[in-house]
This record gives sequence, structure tokens and C-alpha cells, in this order.
Amino acid sequence: MIFPESVIPDERAESLTNDEISRYSRHLLLPEIGIGGQEKLKAAKVLIVGTGGLGAPLALYLAAAGVGTLGIVDFDFVEASNLQRQIIHSTRDIDRPKVASARDRIRGLNPGVKVVEYNTTLTSANALDIIRGYDIVADGTDNYQTRYLVNDACVLLGKPNVYGSIYQFEGQASVFYAKEGPCYRCLYPAPPPPGLVPSCAEGGVMGVLPGIIGTIQAAEVLKLIVGGAGSLIGRLLLFDAWNMKFRELKIDKEENCPVCGKHPTIHELIDYEQFCGLNPPAGETPVSTLTPLELKARIDAGDKLRIVDIREGHERAIAKFANSVAIPLGQIARRIDEFDPATDTVFLCKIGKRSIYAIRALEKAGYTGRMFNLQDGVNGWARDVDASLPQY
Amino acid sequence: MASLLIPTALRAFTDRKSEIEVAARTAGEAVAALAEAYPDIKQHLYEDGGALRSFINVFVGETNIKSLNGLDTPIDADATVVLVPAIAGGVR
Ligand SMILES: [Zn+2]
Repeated sequence: MIFPESVIPDERAESLTNDEISRYSRHLLLPEIGIGGQEKLKAAKVLIVGTGGLGAPLALYLAAAGVGTLGIVDFDFVEASNLQRQIIHSTRDIDRPKVASARDRIRGLNPGVKVVEYNTTLTSANALDIIRGYDIVADGTDNYQTRYLVNDACVLLGKPNVYGSIYQFEGQASVFYAKEGPCYRCLYPAPPPPGLVPSCAEGGVMGVLPGIIGTIQAAEVLKLIVGGAGSLIGRLLLFDAWNMKFRELKIDKEENCPVCGKHPTIHELIDYEQFCGLNPPAGETPVSTLTPLELKARIDAGDKLRIVDIREGHERAIAKFANSVAIPLGQIARRIDEFDPATDTVFLCKIGKRSIYAIRALEKAGYTGRMFNLQDGVNGWARDVDASLPQY
Repeated sequence: MASLLIPTALRAFTDRKSEIEVAARTAGEAVAALAEAYPDIKQHLYEDGGALRSFINVFVGETNIKSLNGLDTPIDADATVVLVPAIAGGVR
């Protein structure tokens, strides 16, 4: 186990007022933290990337613990479907920027915390400038390109990256700190092909899961500031909420890691969309789409169409699409014989993303018939055509 | 029999099963047994050339096979083999 020293040098410690001594009394009573540790917490600057499921407990616990400066990065707005797990936001915050809602909640909890809002997406163009001013980064983002961006920026700037990630019932947590151990790329040299691991917006997530993983991240952040505690550096914690199991795995620094290894080849931030395979390959024809209103018009005109719903059964039960055939995404390619190239086929899913992978899978398998993607999926249909259907 | 633990991200291909028993002498045989039992998972586990995809790590006990002998790492009859894929969720 690795017991890193505090990331805050002693001379940066900021003395406490009597009010602060009262507020943080339960920390001061712990000899491992004490006055010295709390003074470092007051001086510390932590950047939280994402104020969603993981960012919510991170921001609340770090604010409560008296971390002096919290930077929060998020471009998004609060939606009703966030509130099942993003406990920093409230019902009255729906449609507000997440950073504004989070700032108000943090100030209400602890007015002594300085909040710096970044109402933007973290990109290769702004990441180094934003991260440079912070001691620690806590990563609570929801996509691979930002994961690699945060990792590389932290390695290049020498900052610890407190990592947490969730999917459905399963979470991962670690501390990637290249100075002391492996980085994210050492563990995962490349992301999965686009579409294989759906986002939480498509795959779902148990609401308490980010609460547990984000709180573990908060504990790791606090310990890096106070110093001397057994860190998750070099260890990957796996958590399965459905079976209530924790598992700990050893992770090693890779000599050949392109960013933190012996002979790094990445010396500046790169194009992470391209790295994650999100830019269409040169020469690829875009998928043909139908908007919900265009599909409605073709149905009304009596066009011969086959509508294929690629969602799984439990998801179709949330919002049924009339007159569709169900073929789950995972079975599309091997059921190619069920498709008639003479008939136009429309593919649909929740938001019109996974259905694109269905079309690509059939193209790859050699299917020649005309295929269309229903833009914005069943949610778009509910929005534009059939208000009796729920959006989920 | 060794146990192979299947992560949530791949359970769409295993009828939601989280664990299977495999008769295998190496980590590679354990993973191959999974692909055999659930053919739809195969293209997600392996590159076209047959190498394991780099977003998936295989641990025997608590050690990454990258630090051992890769897919040729021998495993005990009662070993636990854990598949650990990159997952990205957090915000939305
Ligand atoms: Zn590395």
C-alpha cells in the first residue's frame, strides 16, 4: 500500500478561525487529521469534473469537510431524470445550469468554501489552463474521451486524478497519480469501440451507486490533502451493488505507457474524439435518418416500412412503439436473414444512438437493403408525435 | 472448476449472468470458454486478429495477467478470474 505525503506543502496551510475550529471539531479530534490537516484542507484547491452522480457526493462532502476551494466543471442543465441520484440538485433546479445549482447548494452547506464555476465542457483547448490551478482533480465524467483527457492533463501537470466510474450496478474507484503509481492509460490503453458500453443515459444506473463511489472518491481526496493515509494508488476497487461485494485488484505502472511510461510519446493533449473513434472514418457514408415527423408522414401515407425496435424487453416495456418488430441490438447481425432488402427498414432505440450501431452491424454483415435511423428515438417520437408516450 | 466473473457491461451478452464456471488451465482458456458459451460476446472480447481488446483487463485473483504471463498465465483449478472493462459513467 502507498501512503503518499500531503499534496499541500506545510507553508501553504491556512490557520483556522474560532468559528472554523467549532465547525470542524470532529476532524480536529482525529489525531491523523488534527489542526494541521484541517489547515491544509482549508488551503486545498480541488477540481471536480462533472456535477452529476459522482460529482454530487464529491462536492457535498468536500465542502462539508472544509476544502477551501472547489472548482466545478459542467456544461449541462439539471433534468428531472437526474434527481434519482444527483442529490446536489433539487426539483426546483430543473432547467438551471448544474454548476449554478451545485454552487448554491455548496454555499448553503458551507459558506466558507470558495466555489469556482466552469459552465463549459472540458476540452483539449481549456483543460491544462483550468486544471493547472488545482492541487487534485476528481473525475466524475460520463464518457471515455473526457476520461483520457483528464488523465493526460493530470499526468502532464503532475496532479493526482481521483477516479470513479459507474455502470448499472457496478462501480470502480482508484487514484491515478503518475508520480507514485499507474495512470488510467496504464490500466486501459484504449477505450472500447463506440457503442459497446452504453452510457448511463441508455444503460441505466442504480441511484445509490454513484453515492457510494463518489463518497469513496471524496475520502481519497481528503486523505491526499491531509497526507499519510493508505491511498488507492496502485489499487483498483470494484464494487457490485447488486450482490453487495467489494473486490480489490492490484494495478501496476506500465513501462510502455504512452503518457507516463519510460519513453512517453504523448507530450501534449491530443484529439480525444478521434482517439475514442468518435469521428466518422474518412469515406464513411452517414446513416440515413428519418425525423419523428418524417416517419409519421411515411406511415400515414401507407408506405411499406418495417420498423425494428432494437431495445431489450425491459426497456420496451417503459414505452412501447406500436407496430414495431423487436430484435435486440446484440442479436441483429446473426438474425440478418429476417431482413428483406426490398423493404425499407427503420431502426429505433431510446434516443437514436444504439440504433445507428444496429445499422452499422448489418452493413458490416453485408446487408444491402435501405435502412433508416429514427432520429432521437422513442423519446423524439414521444416529444413530436405521440404525447401519450412517456419520455425516459 | 474455475470461476469467471462477468462485469455488468458485458452481461447483455450472457443472459445477465454474473459468473460462470469454466474448466480451464490458463486465463486465456477461461476467457475462450466464455466466448464459446456466449458467441455474441466474442467480437467484444477480441480484436479481429484474436488479441484481447485493450479496454478489458483480466485478473487472476487480484493480479493483472499483464504482470504475469498474459493469456498464457496458468490458473489453479479453483481460481477466480475477473474481467474488468473500462466503464465511463458518472455524470448523466
Ligand atoms: Zn500510465
